[in-house]
Amino acid sequence: MPKPSLSVSDEPIAAPLQGRLVVDAKNISLTFDTADGRVEALSNVSLQVAEGEFVSFIGPSGCGKTTMLRVIADLQQPSSGTLTVNGMSAEAARLARSYGYVFQAPALFPWRTIEKNLKLPLEIMGYSEIEQQRRIERYLSMVNLTGFERKFPWQLSGGMQQRVSIARALSFDPALLLMDEPFGALDEIVRDHLNEQLLQLWKSTGKTVLFVTHSIPEAVFLSSRIVVMSPRPGRIIDVIDCDFPTDRSLEIRETPEFLKVAQRVRNGLRAGHSYDE
Amino acid sequence: MTSSALALPLRPSRALRDHPLVTRYAPVLTMVLALVAIWYIAAVAMNWSLVRDGFEREETPYTTSDVLAGTMDAERPLLPAPHQIAAAFLDSVFGYPPLAPRSLVYHSLVTLSATLLGFLLGTLFGIVLALLILHSRVLERSLLPWIICSQMVPVLALAPIFIVVLGALGLHGLLPKSIISAYLCFFPVTIGMVKGFTSPDPLQLELMRTWSATPRQVLWKLRWPASVPYLFASLKVAVTISLIGAIVAELPTGAEAGIGARLLSGSYYGQTVQLWSALVAAAVLSSALIALIGMIERAIGRRMGVH
Repeated sequence: MPKPSLSVSDEPIAAPLQGRLVVDAKNISLTFDTADGRVEALSNVSLQVAEGEFVSFIGPSGCGKTTMLRVIADLQQPSSGTLTVNGMSAEAARLARSYGYVFQAPALFPWRTIEKNLKLPLEIMGYSEIEQQRRIERYLSMVNLTGFERKFPWQLSGGMQQRVSIARALSFDPALLLMDEPFGALDEIVRDHLNEQLLQLWKSTGKTVLFVTHSIPEAVFLSSRIVVMSPRPGRIIDVIDCDFPTDRSLEIRETPEFLKVAQRVRNGLRAGHSYDE
Repeated sequence: MTSSALALPLRPSRALRDHPLVTRYAPVLTMVLALVAIWYIAAVAMNWSLVRDGFEREETPYTTSDVLAGTMDAERPLLPAPHQIAAAFLDSVFGYPPLAPRSLVYHSLVTLSATLLGFLLGTLFGIVLALLILHSRVLERSLLPWIICSQMVPVLALAPIFIVVLGALGLHGLLPKSIISAYLCFFPVTIGMVKGFTSPDPLQLELMRTWSATPRQVLWKLRWPASVPYLFASLKVAVTISLIGAIVAELPTGAEAGIGARLLSGSYYGQTVQLWSALVAAAVLSSALIALIGMIERAIGRRMGVH
């Protein structure tokens, strides 16, 4: 269980302390050819994530953090390396609907009302009508959107739409939640608010979350572990444990412990950053 | 606040100009009036020598105003005046029982039935082709040239061949006309629906993949609803084309009935007024069909959250 203390490891191999492994990646590499030559999006990335962890990936553009998430989701295939998700291959995990994916854009279906949007994965997965209705109610209230069932996506703000897409990803109760800069397009105030809500959600559901972000405070505030990545080639350069108390609030961002972790993340980013752009 | 509120009624000309009804209909009305005026001038100019020659043949004395009046109500004018066309149109619509052979309603119904059947067949065929093209790149490469070629052959040349071949197969009446109409109108539907089926956002397609949706679910729950705006744009084009197809198909059939038959007999016997009123009937029909599709589009749009 997370301790109210801060432990900092010096090993840049992302291995958890305890628990059943939800993601186990060994020496994942991914290269692809572009017009400008060969790009090494991922180079020898090894990562282990245990059940119930909240792991953030942070790094500059092109460091492969999104690519790593997409490889775990079987949206892209690695060139080499071994990967198990929830104890099976990435493809089997996808077919078994082991994860929910949240993109940077809400990607709601504009011709469906909010409840029908939530219903979509449930329809596809063949849940009964009663069960669909039950889950729509449950997950809409979980993201504080009860009462918006009959609205269309364009009638909601960007932050509300993103909450719907989070509810949609949770609606079929996957073991793993993959989030690719879900709050990247939102303003600071909304983002703070959603960070607090996401933390609550993580606490109450006990889901394993893999979270890609650009923001240092966001990563430090949310995570139980932070994976710092660097581009050209995309690789992990530091892994930082940060076990803040689970009932933390945004005020924790002013504490010396928080700033110390943030400083280490920043140092990692700086070290891995090539100043040629 | 108060002064401007008081000042408003003092400027009625300004208020009239900004009235919503005026701003909405004034431009259209102006265009129509200008067209009618030009039409009258053209009618006078084109029928002048015809009417004057008529007077001279009969060796009756005439004045300029006699000729002018004559250009407005000649029996077989080169260009009938708008009021002549309107009178002939109204007479042939309301002057006979709707199913009498001289009634324009009867002829319009004949053409309409071929149009609707052709439109239905063409739309279905167009959607099926779009699905095949979506399904396989190979089919796209092998089908598309033929589809494009089919639209380059003039329908006026093809229609008699269709009629003869289908007649030899024992098909007469409605169906051959509908097939020609369908042959013309499937094309915009195919092009529009290929575009529509491929219109979903990549993120939406990836979401379907993360839920491991079947290809059929992707089609019905994503591609099909996403293509609805494209479908209606195509249908509006297709319905007017299928009307044209049905009219053209009526020309080589011996032309017993239909708007095409009225056009043909009108041109055989120099009945320009009949010709023009048949054209008006075709225009009214195609406007009504487009309006109908527009209404269906709006009704469906409301249910799909279009704002």
